[in-house]
Amino acid sequence: MRGTPRSRTAAGRGVPFSPSPVLAVKLPAWRSRVVLFLMFVAFAALAVRAFWLQAISTEFLQKQGATRSVRTLELPATRGKITDRNGEVLASSLPVKAVWAIPEDVEAPAEKLRELARLLDMSQPDLKKKLASDRSFVYLKRQVENDVTERIVSLGIPGIHTRKEYKRFYPVGPVAAHILGFTNVEDIGQEGIELAQQSSLAGVTGSRRVIKDRLGRVIEDIGFIREPRDGRDLTLSIDSNIQYIAYTQLRNAVEVHKAKAGAIVVLDVRTGEVMALVNMPTYNPNSRQGLTGAQLRNRVMTDTFEPGSTMKPFTVALALENNLVTPATLIDTAPGKMTIGSATIGDAHPHGVLSVAQIIQKSSNVGTVKMALQLEPRQMWDLFTAVGFGQQPHYGFPGAVAGRMRPYKSWRPIEHATMSYGHGISVSLIQIARSYMIFARDGDTIPLSFQKLDQLPQAQRIISEKTARAVRDMMETVVNPAGTAPQAQVRGYRVAGKTGTAHKLVGGRYANKYVASFVGFAPASDPRIIVAVMIDEPSNGQYYAGAVAAPVFASVAASALRSLNVAPDSTVTNVIMPAQPVLESL
Amino acid sequence: MNKRAILLLAVLMLCALTLVNAQFQARRLFIALEHTQARQRELEITWAQLQLEQSQLAKHARIETQAKTVLNMVVPAQNRTQYLTAGAH
Repeated sequence: MRGTPRSRTAAGRGVPFSPSPVLAVKLPAWRSRVVLFLMFVAFAALAVRAFWLQAISTEFLQKQGATRSVRTLELPATRGKITDRNGEVLASSLPVKAVWAIPEDVEAPAEKLRELARLLDMSQPDLKKKLASDRSFVYLKRQVENDVTERIVSLGIPGIHTRKEYKRFYPVGPVAAHILGFTNVEDIGQEGIELAQQSSLAGVTGSRRVIKDRLGRVIEDIGFIREPRDGRDLTLSIDSNIQYIAYTQLRNAVEVHKAKAGAIVVLDVRTGEVMALVNMPTYNPNSRQGLTGAQLRNRVMTDTFEPGSTMKPFTVALALENNLVTPATLIDTAPGKMTIGSATIGDAHPHGVLSVAQIIQKSSNVGTVKMALQLEPRQMWDLFTAVGFGQQPHYGFPGAVAGRMRPYKSWRPIEHATMSYGHGISVSLIQIARSYMIFARDGDTIPLSFQKLDQLPQAQRIISEKTARAVRDMMETVVNPAGTAPQAQVRGYRVAGKTGTAHKLVGGRYANKYVASFVGFAPASDPRIIVAVMIDEPSNGQYYAGAVAAPVFASVAASALRSLNVAPDSTVTNVIMPAQPVLESL
Repeated sequence: MNKRAILLLAVLMLCALTLVNAQFQARRLFIALEHTQARQRELEITWAQLQLEQSQLAKHARIETQAKTVLNMVVPAQNRTQYLTAGAH
C-alpha cells in the first residue's frame, strides 16, 4: 500500500493523479524520466531495425516475398519425330504420366488399393511390397497412359502422385525396328537412329520464373532462365512402302527355309539413300519385354560374313580394267580343281572351257582364280578398299563395322587366290550392297545416307564406264536359265546380280552351315535400286543362294520397282526357268 | 493550399489510378495468353496423337489385309499396267 503519510508530502513535484489533495500521489521525478527514456530507446531500436531491413539488408525480405509468390516453371520440350521420306511418322513422343508414391503417406482401404493394383496392371503383393519400402519416393509404374492416370487420381488415395513424362511410340512396330532403334523410359535413344541422332532429336527443357497469385494462376512473367528447345524432326531416307515389302518377303523366306537369320538392304542407285533395311529376327519396339540379343542385332550393319561368290565381279572387273582379258576370252577351268601350295580349290561341277562372262554366269572358282593370279595383290587390295571393304563406314549409324581385310603385303598365295572369290575377307551386307554401286552407276561410287538428301552426293570414279557396263552385262546373264540364279528374274524388267553361297566359319573351320546371299540391281538398262539379300543358315534342305536368296531378290525388286513407278525395260513377259539348276561353286 | 497544388494532386491521383488499371489489364491479358499457350500445347499433342493414329491406320500390313480380304483386290499383272512418266504424253 502506498498510502503512507511520507509519500503524500511529495505533492507538487510529481504528476497530480487526482484533484483531491488527499489522493495525490507524490512520486519521485526520476521514475517518470526513466520510463520516458526506456520508451525512447525502444522506439529507436525499432527505427534502427526498420532502417536495417529496408535500406541495408534488403535481401532477406525480398527473398521471403519471392518464396511466397515467385515460382520457377519447367517448360517441357518434346523429342523430335522421325518420319520416312514421304513424311509418314515412324516414331513420335507423346506425353504420359509416371505414377509415384510417398509410401509413408499412403493410407487407403483395401478395396482402393486393389483397384489401384488393377489399374497399374500389377499384382497386389507387388504393389504392397513397393508401398512397404522405407524410401520416401517410389515409382509405382512409369509411362502410364493419361486416361489410366486420371482414374488413379480420381481414387483420391493420399500419397499417390503423378509426374509428366514422355513415351515414344513406333506405329510400324517390328517392320522398321532395326533402323529406328528405341528410347529408354527417360526418352533417351538406346539403339539405331534414335541413338545416332540423339543430340539433334532430344529436346532441351527450359524453365521460366513467374509470379503466381493466391489462386495459383500465373499473373506475371519475370523472365526466362532457359528457353525450351524442341527436338528437331528427322526425315529418313527410308521408303516405308519398300521397307514393308522387304520385311514381308524376308519374313517369308526365313520361315520357309528355316533360317537362323536374314537381312535385306535396298539402296537408291542415284542418290545413295538407304530405302529399306530389314533384319530377321526382329522385335517390337513398342513392347520390349523378353528381348534377346539375336533380335536386337542389326545384321546388315554389325555382322560380317565371308561374302563368297558375290566378290567375283570385282576380280573380273579388275582383269578387264587391266586389259588382261575381254568378256569373250576363253579360260580353261577343267578339271574343275586347282592346287595352290598345299590347298585345293574347286568348282561344284567341272565346267571345262568357259568365257569370262560364263565364269560369272556359272560362278566358277577356278576361272576366277586363274584371272586373279595374273593380278598383283596390291591391285586387288586397292580396288576392294576403294569400294569400301575393310573401311570404317561413315553412315552415322551406331555399331557399323569395318569388316576385315588383311593388308596385301601379308597375303599368302592361297589367300590371294581365295580372296578373288570372296573367302578370307569379311564384309557386312551394307558394305557389299554399296560396293555394287560401281557396276550399277557405270564405274563410280557415292556415299550412303540414312537421311533424305536434298542434293546429289559427289561421285568418285573407281573403274571405267566400259568395264562397269561389261561386268553388268555379265551379271545379267547370271539370271538366265543357264546362270546360277534364274529365280532372280523379274517379270518385265531386266535385272543383274550375283549369287554368293559361303560355308560358315565355326571355330576356325568351315562347317556345313551356309550363308546364302544375292546382290543385284534393276532395271539393268538404267539401274535404279540395288537389293542385297542375305539368308543365314538356311536349313530346310536348300542352301544355294540361287534357290534361297534369289527368289527374295526377285519379289522385293518387282514390288519395289512397281512402287517407285519404274517403267519396264523388257518385253519378256515370261520368266524362263531351266530344267536343271546350275549349282554355283562354294 | 494553392490551386496549383490541387491540380497536381488531381493529376497524381489520375496517374495512380491509370497505373492500377494498366497493371490489371496487363495481368488479365497475361492470363489470357497463358491459356492460349496451354491450348496450343494441347493442340500440338493432339496433332501428334492424330499423326500417330494415321500412321497406325495406314500401316502397310493393315492396308494389305484390308485390300485382300475386304475389298478382294489383287496386284495387277504387268500387261494390264500402263506406266506414266512425267513429260510424256
